[in-house]
Amino acid sequence: MEIFLQQIINGLVQGSVYALVALGYTMVYGILGLINFAHGEIVMIGAMLAISSLTALLGIGTPPLLALPLSIGLAMLGCMALGYSIERIAYRPLRHAPRLAPLITAIGVSIVLQNLAMMIWGREYHSFPQLIANDPHNIGGAIINDIQIIIFVLALAIMAGLMLLVHRTRLGRAMRAVAENQHAAQLMGVDINRVISVTFMLGSALAAVAGMMISANYGLAHYYMGFLLGLKAFTAAVLGGIGNLRGAMLGGLLLGLIESLGAGYIGALSGGVFGSNYQDVFAFFVLIAVLVFRPSGLLGEKLAERA
Amino acid sequence: MKLNSKSKSLLVALAIGLLLIPFVTDTLLGRGWVRIVDFAMLYIMLALGLNIVVGFAGLLDLGYIAFFGVGAYCYALAGSPHLALAFPMIFPNGVHLSFWVILPLAALLAGGFGVLLGAPTLRLRGDYLAIVTLGFGEIIRIFLNNLNAPVNLTNGPQGISRIDPVSLADVRLSVTQEIFGISLPSVHLYFYLFLAFTVLVIFASQRLEKSRIGRAWMAIREDEVAASAMGINTRNLKLLAFAMGAMFGGASGALFAGFQGFVSPESFSLMESIMVLCMVVLGGMGNIAGVILGGVLLAVLPEVLRHSVVPLQQALFGKMIVDPESLRMLLFGGALIVMMLYRPAGLLPSRVRRRELDTDEVVETV
Repeated sequence: MEIFLQQIINGLVQGSVYALVALGYTMVYGILGLINFAHGEIVMIGAMLAISSLTALLGIGTPPLLALPLSIGLAMLGCMALGYSIERIAYRPLRHAPRLAPLITAIGVSIVLQNLAMMIWGREYHSFPQLIANDPHNIGGAIINDIQIIIFVLALAIMAGLMLLVHRTRLGRAMRAVAENQHAAQLMGVDINRVISVTFMLGSALAAVAGMMISANYGLAHYYMGFLLGLKAFTAAVLGGIGNLRGAMLGGLLLGLIESLGAGYIGALSGGVFGSNYQDVFAFFVLIAVLVFRPSGLLGEKLAERA
Repeated sequence: MKLNSKSKSLLVALAIGLLLIPFVTDTLLGRGWVRIVDFAMLYIMLALGLNIVVGFAGLLDLGYIAFFGVGAYCYALAGSPHLALAFPMIFPNGVHLSFWVILPLAALLAGGFGVLLGAPTLRLRGDYLAIVTLGFGEIIRIFLNNLNAPVNLTNGPQGISRIDPVSLADVRLSVTQEIFGISLPSVHLYFYLFLAFTVLVIFASQRLEKSRIGRAWMAIREDEVAASAMGINTRNLKLLAFAMGAMFGGASGALFAGFQGFVSPESFSLMESIMVLCMVVLGGMGNIAGVILGGVLLAVLPEVLRHSVVPLQQALFGKMIVDPESLRMLLFGGALIVMMLYRPAGLLPSRVRRRELDTDEVVETV
């Protein structure tokens, strides 16, 4: 029972990070119908920027409680600039090109970002500086530490904020209008290019926070972390129904739970044949299963359109 | 096929030129470069296989190297003492099948995986296929890395070594052979083997392109709805393209394993898939000559970089700032972006493909 509870806690924490990343995929998809392959790399860059700026700020004697928000802000700004430029350079010129073209540039962008990050930050793991005591708390035999609590609460708060932004503000209304029908929105005076740019920047800002969270949770960041994370977050977005914001949140949390329960029990279920080193495989099977049985995802209304 | 005397003599000259490649390379650049040329041939085969999927049918496969890996491990298991470790009772000496048995086996196995993967995803839009194949490539690598327990099937990250070299009838390609008084070292022999297979793949691609199936693929690529309205069974044909590409990949993988004598999971990383994709995109999607050009350029590029970037940096800065490996990947990524933005049909575009990928014309028709 303790193991079960522990895996639930781990799954929810991990899942809330997936949800933040999945939101980035789903927002861009909802508006442009494009899978932004480079999104996982933006998460990685966010994590790296956060760690670098945090280490630098602490190095010059900034108090931790000031350094933390500063570095989050820096990482978010950096990623927003990155997301904006990616859209401008690699996606906007191809908005009316056939499907294959933006997919291939997206792959190119992702490779370039990954290798740039490797040149800047090297191949080694970077450790996240310890800022708070990070006391473990005992809940019914399972352990949850301060960082995990902060991650979960912060992620929920950000998601609530995003929902408010999308459903209660003028900008949000414009975003929904563009997602619904680009041409009609344009005729109604919505500046499509601006809305798309803002969407990319919003998604990238969420990615930066998610990158920081994940490196704080594991204590590590690495130039290659974005690839698998991106793949899983995309799975979460598809699971919830791509293009649907609530779906991305639900899918993220669910995928986190599936993964951690799966990794916790696969050894016992398969009689020791498979171990937790297969953890990364679950997301993939979830993706295949969703595509086979419910391609529109849990909360998606219309069926995924054909190519 | 009727040839006039001019094109006949051109063909003979081309054949002689190709046959001389290993000797010329050997004398001018050294034995190591013949090996590199051999690998270039393998990459050309791979790129031509991927060209069927991406170029002809317009399906973006980002895990193509996984099929190459499946073929390579198939050869490694069916032609090495390794299985003696896992099943000493059944295979006391391992398995040592003939090359001619393993090759079709590897192709079929890879094709089977292709169908398995394509069936659920091909009825959805292309983006899903791209991401599922991306995941599949990674999953195959995870399995290859971890299937050394409980039964040691793949030997984990260490990989499988002591793989039987290719031998055709009784001629072993791993040792120097004398033919008509000319001594042919192993790398030369493999070159001729690969050349024969590459020619075969080129021939098959060309016939496929012009066939009913090939034309149907191109129709699907250009407008799936219109194609299916014309009575084309789009799902089955897409599946066929996918499986066929996978089979070419599997066969090249088997050749790779026999040539290298050693396979390990790290040869089948995502970066390799990207590199093969880059060959296809750079050369010109759907155009066989373009893909060959792309394959040659990109297979030789890392060696050129290794021999130029390192000394150049040493001379300029006195130390190495950018290692050639990451520079190579950076160039690949950059090439994908730049090609798509400015020359989407590739260096040597196919005529049909150019029409389709040209942004302006598409806008006009919208």
